[in-house]
Amino acid sequence: MNLTLYVWRQKGPDEPGRLEQYEAKDISPEMSFLEMLDVVNEDLIKGGKEPIAFDHDCREGICGMCSQVINGIPHGPQEKTTVCQLHMRHFKEGDILYIEPWRARAFPVIKDLIVDRSALERIIRSGGYISVHTGGVPDANAILIPKADAETAMDASECIGCGACIAACPNGSAMLFTAAKVAHLAMLPQGRVEAAQRVCVMTEAMLKEGFGNCGNHYECQAACPKGIKVQFIAKLNREFMKAQTKDTGRRLVSEPFSG
Amino acid sequence: MLDGKCPSGPLAEKWDKRCREMKLVNPANKRKYTIIVVGTGLAGASTAATLGELGYNVEAFCYQDSPRRGHSIAAQGGINAAKNYPGDGDSISRLFYDTIKGGDFRAREANVYRLAMVSNTIIDQCVAQGVPFARDYAGYLENRSFGGAQVSRTFYARGQTGQQLLLGAYAALSRQVKAGTVRLHPRTEMLDLVVVDGEAKGITVRDLVTGAMSSYAGDAVCLCTGGYANVFYLSTNAMGSNVTATYRAYKKGAFFANPCYTQIHPTCIPVSGDHQSKLTLMSESLRNDGRVWVPKEKGNRRAPHEIPESERDYFLERKYPSYGNLAPRDIASRAAKEVCDEGRGVGPGGRGVYLDFAEAIGRLGEEKIRERYGNLFDMYEKITAENAYKEPMRIYPAPHYTMGGLWVDYDLQSTIPGLFVLGEANFSDHGANRLGASALMQGLADGYFIIPYTIANYLARTQPGKVSRDHAEFRKSREEVDALTKKLLSLKGNRTVNEFHRELGKIMWEYVGMARSEEGLKEALKLIPELRAEFWENVKVPGNGAELNQQLEKACRVADFLEFGELMARDALHRNESCGGHFRVEYQMPDGEARRDDENFCYVAAWEFRGVDKEPELHKEPLVFENVPLAVRSYK
Ligand SMILES: Cc1cc2nc3c(=O)[nH]c(=O)nc-3n(C[C@H](O)[C@H](O)[C@H](O)COP(=O)(O)OP(=O)(O)OC[C@H]3O[C@@H](n4cnc5c(N)ncnc54)[C@H](O)[C@@H]3O)c2cc1C
Ligand code: FES
Repeated sequence: MNLTLYVWRQKGPDEPGRLEQYEAKDISPEMSFLEMLDVVNEDLIKGGKEPIAFDHDCREGICGMCSQVINGIPHGPQEKTTVCQLHMRHFKEGDILYIEPWRARAFPVIKDLIVDRSALERIIRSGGYISVHTGGVPDANAILIPKADAETAMDASECIGCGACIAACPNGSAMLFTAAKVAHLAMLPQGRVEAAQRVCVMTEAMLKEGFGNCGNHYECQAACPKGIKVQFIAKLNREFMKAQTKDTGRRLVSEPFSG
Repeated sequence: MLDGKCPSGPLAEKWDKRCREMKLVNPANKRKYTIIVVGTGLAGASTAATLGELGYNVEAFCYQDSPRRGHSIAAQGGINAAKNYPGDGDSISRLFYDTIKGGDFRAREANVYRLAMVSNTIIDQCVAQGVPFARDYAGYLENRSFGGAQVSRTFYARGQTGQQLLLGAYAALSRQVKAGTVRLHPRTEMLDLVVVDGEAKGITVRDLVTGAMSSYAGDAVCLCTGGYANVFYLSTNAMGSNVTATYRAYKKGAFFANPCYTQIHPTCIPVSGDHQSKLTLMSESLRNDGRVWVPKEKGNRRAPHEIPESERDYFLERKYPSYGNLAPRDIASRAAKEVCDEGRGVGPGGRGVYLDFAEAIGRLGEEKIRERYGNLFDMYEKITAENAYKEPMRIYPAPHYTMGGLWVDYDLQSTIPGLFVLGEANFSDHGANRLGASALMQGLADGYFIIPYTIANYLARTQPGKVSRDHAEFRKSREEVDALTKKLLSLKGNRTVNEFHRELGKIMWEYVGMARSEEGLKEALKLIPELRAEFWENVKVPGNGAELNQQLEKACRVADFLEFGELMARDALHRNESCGGHFRVEYQMPDGEARRDDENFCYVAAWEFRGVDKEPELHKEPLVFENVPLAVRSYK
């Protein structure tokens, strides 16, 4: 099949960008979306032009590297599917596709379709962990965890950190991303100990990075390739309230998280 | 003759003994030492986090935008440990034995035993970090089985074990970044190792965003840069996985061990066309419940459900009754290739066999199967548009893992003092074939529990901060790397980097793949240098070096694969025996099984670089088996 692409081209963070038109020719339905772009890029290179820069690595939907907005939808039209797992059989002859990078204040464009997602790193760094050293821990079966809790923790922990939730949110909020980590750790007995500090410092870090607030649009859930549910945002809010009502709650916010 | 420097004494006491003998670095002195860690997959993240916790000053590098994206993230099936929670007869010595046997008696006993010993602590550590492993209704950890084992010792988190383990290590690492002990350099690629007075003292890197070339100096360097299966072009590895870091260290004097030991994984989604950029693994854990078969007759065109039981050949169950569908990978892969070569393969081009869940679904119900493998079935459907709950999956072997790597001694130190190599990048524990769920175990064992001890022993003998990056060797390294990238950009030829990579992959798959012959390997040794010569005349790399340039990144990696492929073929040609993942058609039993030659090849082949168009020099480390008698590996 043949398609027309309008792709966001931008040389660097401070350069102006614009959509440029390309033809994708002889695309087979078995190709993945990125393989289609590979074909376009090979043509561009042969024609002496600069290929389109885009992030990708595993091409299996797990590393969270790929990040493109296709016709206004992060990761494209296929539900619960990263762009690297999206296949061309979901498109048809003559389709016109607009391909853009993640758009959010906290994600500056580096080049073409590649954005800087280091803000997410800093959220995790603020407290998205259990403060355990290597060694000296109890036997893995010493603390039992109800199956349902372990499963819920896993549901949250499946987040691949791609940032589609933020790109989809009208407010550019990182609530789902942050909530998934807060909920994952709060569901487990090992993570409960620091749950109050964690939710406070992570929320604070999120706001500092310039992410917007949650307005209950649920666009994040719709865009999430892993199907992470907004119920985790409710969990974050509950954890936050609980932390505030603890008399030590406020103090913990400004205290550095144990290193 | 190379010496692995394994401690003497009884197997079970070697590691303790070594730990006792090793020097320590006083807590107050640790921060004076800078350690460079290249790679932040499981091996690298666990190393950087643990060394940071101990108080060392760590500089960590990866080419992705975050450590959480390291290729380890893609591991699906699970991680082994000798916990014996199911009470099915597992023990440290059984895990040790299974690994030695699975590796076809080509690994070091002392290393493998240590691996089995620390395996249990890894699970404890990960649970403490919040890794949500699968649990039963009483809240205890669950296990499943993997190939090459008759016990259930594999811990898992749905079909995303690697993801969960890496997120655990990444969390520990992030905590150290926050604490200021680790400085992270994402989107940065190592392009050279700097050796000063015979010791590893730094690296030269390219900032992948700005294109800037710079160097970092340290008191020791840890390479945790993963495997080289992408030499085959199509593999289950991530697109950016490369041999560059280890190969360039090889060019600086580190020996490369057993490069021909590569693993072809039996259960991958078959190739669908020329456009294909990578192959997708379907976890081996599926073989717990899936049955592998092909039609008995050749050239069959019927749909699978139209083929009655009596006309199906469950060839793994038939040939290996005691292990059945859980025969080790090399054996299962070759068996699949064999039935396809006979013309009994299924799907487009006849390059596929069925992996059928009908029986398990009948026995356990679709829900149970969905709970166990739901994400894998989804992934299969996304790629093939077929529903594996309704019809069998089609699978075919694909390059997946590389047992070979930089040679290291018992302390994980390479032949260059101060250069340590961990995880898939080293050659140490899997011999000629790795068992499923053992790579994650090895990467984390190396990073959490071995390097923290052994690196101290090296550092204690060196003066911290001895060399700075103003040293002439650093300048030379930057100039060399700079010249190389400039050359690539100046060629302005007619063929793209991808075209060269694909062509190299075809040569490697054809002649250095699942079945190798003297004739084919000699052909490869002719074709690879020709292709390399053409690359250096006719490759086209657009753009310039002072910017984000993905084609340039790839060109550097392919340039190294074009040299490394030759080393692999040479190693395969010299090894006149079949063992594990290395199968030479000249050396097989009458029934087609691998024929090892313990008399002549019971050694690690470690190659020393002598120049690009010169033959490397072979060094041998004899393998001594004191605890497991050398035996023909049988899974029948
Ligand atoms: C699809 C798949 C499924 C698997 N499933 C399992 C399983 O179920 N169980 C199991 O035990 N094993 C499994 N394996 C194998 C296992 O995942 C790997 O062997 C293991 O994760 C490797 O870890 P590592 O830390 O050594 O390297 P990697 O995770 O590959 O990490 C390499 C790191 O090095 C960095 N890097 C590489 N080159 C450079 C460079 N030149 N400069 C700077 N940085 C660099 C990368 O950025 C990355 O951070 C699987 C492998 C694949 C491909
Ligand atoms: S490339 Fe890894 S998730 Fe898409």
